[in-house]
Amino acid sequence: MNRDTDRQKLFTRRALMLGGGQALLTSVLLGRMYYLQVVEAPRYTTLAEENRISLRLLPPPRGRILDRHGRPLAVSRQTYRAVIVAEQTKGVAETLDTLSQLIEIGPADRERVLREVSRKRKFVPVTIRDDLSWDEVTRIEVNAPELPGVTIDEGQSRFYPYGADFAHVLGYVAAVAEHETTGDPLLELPGFRIGKSGIERTYDTILRGTGGRSQVEVNALGRVIRELSRTEGDPGADIVSTIDLDLQRMTSRRLEGESGSVVVMDVHAGEVLALASSPSFDPNTFNRGLRRDEWRELTGNIRAPLTNKAISGQYPPGSTFKMAVALAGLERGVITPHSRVFCRGHTSLGNHTFHCWKRGGHGSMNMHEGLVQSCDVYFYEVARRLGVDAIAEMSRRLGLGELVGIDLPGERPGLMPTREWKARSMGQPWHQGETLIAGIGQGYVLSTPLQLAVMTARFVNGGYQVTPRLTRNGDTTMAPSAAPQFPPLGVSATHVRLICDAMKDVVNGSRGTARGSMIREAGLEMGGKTGTSQVRRITRAERATGIRRNEDLPWNQRHHALFVGYAPVHAPRYAIAVVIEHGGGGSTAAAPVARDVLLAAQKLDSLRIAARPERPEPDRSRNDDPA
Amino acid sequence: MASAFDRQQLTLAQKFGQVRWTLLLLLTGIAGIGAAMLYSAANASFEPWAIRHIARFVISVGIMLAVAMTDIRFWLRHAYGIYLATLALLAAVEVMGSVGMGAQRWIDLGIINLQPSELMKIALVLALARYFHGVNVEHIGRVTVLVIPLALIAAPAALVLRQPDLGTALMLLLGGGLMLFAAGVRLWKFALLAAGAMIAAPIAWQSLHDYQRTRILTFLAPETDPLGAGYHIIQSKIALGSGGVFGKGYLQGTQSHLNFLPEKQTDFIFTMLAEEFGLVGGVVLIGIYVLILAYGFAIAFSSRHHFGRLLAIGVNITLFLYLFINVAMVMGLIPVVGVPLPLVSYGGTAMLSLMFGFGLTMSVWVHRDVPVPRRGVGDGL
Repeated sequence: MNRDTDRQKLFTRRALMLGGGQALLTSVLLGRMYYLQVVEAPRYTTLAEENRISLRLLPPPRGRILDRHGRPLAVSRQTYRAVIVAEQTKGVAETLDTLSQLIEIGPADRERVLREVSRKRKFVPVTIRDDLSWDEVTRIEVNAPELPGVTIDEGQSRFYPYGADFAHVLGYVAAVAEHETTGDPLLELPGFRIGKSGIERTYDTILRGTGGRSQVEVNALGRVIRELSRTEGDPGADIVSTIDLDLQRMTSRRLEGESGSVVVMDVHAGEVLALASSPSFDPNTFNRGLRRDEWRELTGNIRAPLTNKAISGQYPPGSTFKMAVALAGLERGVITPHSRVFCRGHTSLGNHTFHCWKRGGHGSMNMHEGLVQSCDVYFYEVARRLGVDAIAEMSRRLGLGELVGIDLPGERPGLMPTREWKARSMGQPWHQGETLIAGIGQGYVLSTPLQLAVMTARFVNGGYQVTPRLTRNGDTTMAPSAAPQFPPLGVSATHVRLICDAMKDVVNGSRGTARGSMIREAGLEMGGKTGTSQVRRITRAERATGIRRNEDLPWNQRHHALFVGYAPVHAPRYAIAVVIEHGGGGSTAAAPVARDVLLAAQKLDSLRIAARPERPEPDRSRNDDPA
Repeated sequence: MASAFDRQQLTLAQKFGQVRWTLLLLLTGIAGIGAAMLYSAANASFEPWAIRHIARFVISVGIMLAVAMTDIRFWLRHAYGIYLATLALLAAVEVMGSVGMGAQRWIDLGIINLQPSELMKIALVLALARYFHGVNVEHIGRVTVLVIPLALIAAPAALVLRQPDLGTALMLLLGGGLMLFAAGVRLWKFALLAAGAMIAAPIAWQSLHDYQRTRILTFLAPETDPLGAGYHIIQSKIALGSGGVFGKGYLQGTQSHLNFLPEKQTDFIFTMLAEEFGLVGGVVLIGIYVLILAYGFAIAFSSRHHFGRLLAIGVNITLFLYLFINVAMVMGLIPVVGVPLPLVSYGGTAMLSLMFGFGLTMSVWVHRDVPVPRRGVGDGL
């Protein structure tokens, strides 16, 4: 009995120690619970939310691009694709069999679907086919009961209804490249497209809009359980371009088969109404992704369909440059309108002989006659008197030799040589002979068709520094914007008028070089200036300046044909520049194009003026009148 | 002495009158919480877990009462027999397991997958209680006295470890060790044992399976492998922590219902409870366990015989080890070893074993005054 009491005492002691130990350990548990659920609760709450809530971006619809009258040039089109969710089908292969009786499913698509289904989780939708026609969509929808697990997904794709006609102005959209990511999560969405060239690129952020967000609850496998909240993004804004749909299409037609470009702009507002480059390409193909052979064809073509020649093509301006030389001569006082130079068909400087295009010579020439008949000897002499730096200074003011700043990517500056430029880039002194060559727009001088159009506009608008633009500065209203006030060039209005008169006679005068392209409709007459630049010289000049375009070389001996013009002559409204690469003479290849386009521009205009009264705007005009 | 004599021949009715209904109520409360959580774990459905949990509990209560009514001397007499039978089952599982693939821990009886390792926890308590009941207090200091109990502990532990089931092996070793402690084995011997364990640790490390090593390593730094081995414990802590003080509400636990929480119907059910009912829910549940533990102590102290004391304390220790290892595990205090939360986690054998254990505890209470001879009465062994 005593022993048992001892044993009981020992047990009681040990049991109490055990109880104490249990109490201690239980306190540890409670303490840990307190730590996790009270002290650390905010952190873990956040983590739990991050676990269960997944943010999904909702891509905004891309804004449209409209022509100056509000007609769509680039739209986002609803596309439909068939997707399959494996877990909802009675068997993926069987479902595909049934579906292939309704829409065409190629063996490659079928294989891809089966492969993707086996790789992905069973609730992840797999695309069966993209770009279903509406007909196919309805066929699937009607048969939906027999096709469990097949659904139609809507998407957006860019569509250019006029295809190649606007390719260089609008540009195109394509998938985002790695280097283009900016941190905007939209750009990381699979299938997202951004503007790669043209207006699509310049105004990409406006057109793109901002993405919406959808908060969804997901489980540990990533399956969406429900949507918790949704913020709609802002759809991309429309861009109203200055392009005239009809004129652009007409211009593109007119250029078909040629390699060249045309720019038409409003001489007062700077609005570009047509800007075409030929050959072109279909921007719709970029949206779906080009095949390798298509890409090779586009990049390998020596006529460079991807290049926008109107802003990136650099050509010696040839005789179209003579107006700039003439204005420089008048402004610097080295000539007067009456100064005369005798053309014997050539002139010499040192032991070099410089030829006029007219072998027998023009005889005695004043400035007006020199321009109208495009006498080279007359301008050799003016250039000799001016020196190259004075020519360059005036050219710059007229918009040549530097970027004019149109809202398109890829514009090139051309080249206006000076003594300082030659010393810097070639380390050689300037030769006076080169001044003479520059005086007829050859040699080192390079300009883009856009620059030539701007130069012409600055002459015929009375001497204002108009700059071109393709959109109404993001102004998406349909109202024609007020002409911006451009600063004057700071030249004599009389001198400018003299040159415009000469340009009028180039086309309409009896001895004008472009009189074959005269517009005979009263009130729509065109003025202008032809130009023909020699390829051989270009080649040398380009080689020297290092901006030669290889794809031009195989066209060997033919000249570039140029024409700059304006219309109507009595109240200039439109300026045009036409360059036909290796087209021959300016008067035969370029001027007829300019004539047709300017005529079309004016006729379209009068059509609209005639149509306008039908639009009722009665009271507004009256109220605005007193001002 | 008179009352002790009386209780030698208690009638069934007398015994029934002795049952501590409060203890049964507490146990039912825990099992009820378990059923509620299993209902939630199945996304508000009695299928597949809650309904079976309830059914098993009802059966277990019957078994518990039957055990409680059975004379304590019967249990003393058959303690070794039960132990050996369970050990044989364990060995059978080992044989079957080595024939089959991977870790096999149960015998399929059709209605229930019997896990001998769970039964062993109680069988070991029985055997040790029986052994120390027969050891004199002055002999307890002898080293030779420890040979048999250490063998009793080591044999099942070794078998379980080979399965491999780290959690159960740990529980057997700790449970057995604490029984020795309760029986009065000198403290310095435990120190010696601990030192031995330290030396044996590197050898044990070598014999561990890769996944067990990974568990221990990721336990030390779960954040190093957030998608792999550390995933369970990180998600469990997130679930617990985000539950806060009052929880997200019944059936509203995002971590558990969206399947971020693994094994929520078994080992991680406490996490789910703490996510849905917060700190308050967790404390209430632990509070009920503490009351049951207190009951166990009270019954142990009330017993006039050493067998009863050791038996009650042994069941008590087992319950506490289940509770502590499970809760500490889901809170990231110890490695994930795979020990269920008693009477709450889904699992038949564990519930059956525990309720059998509480049947024994209850039997100790009912037969607390019955004189039990030092050597088993008419030892049937």
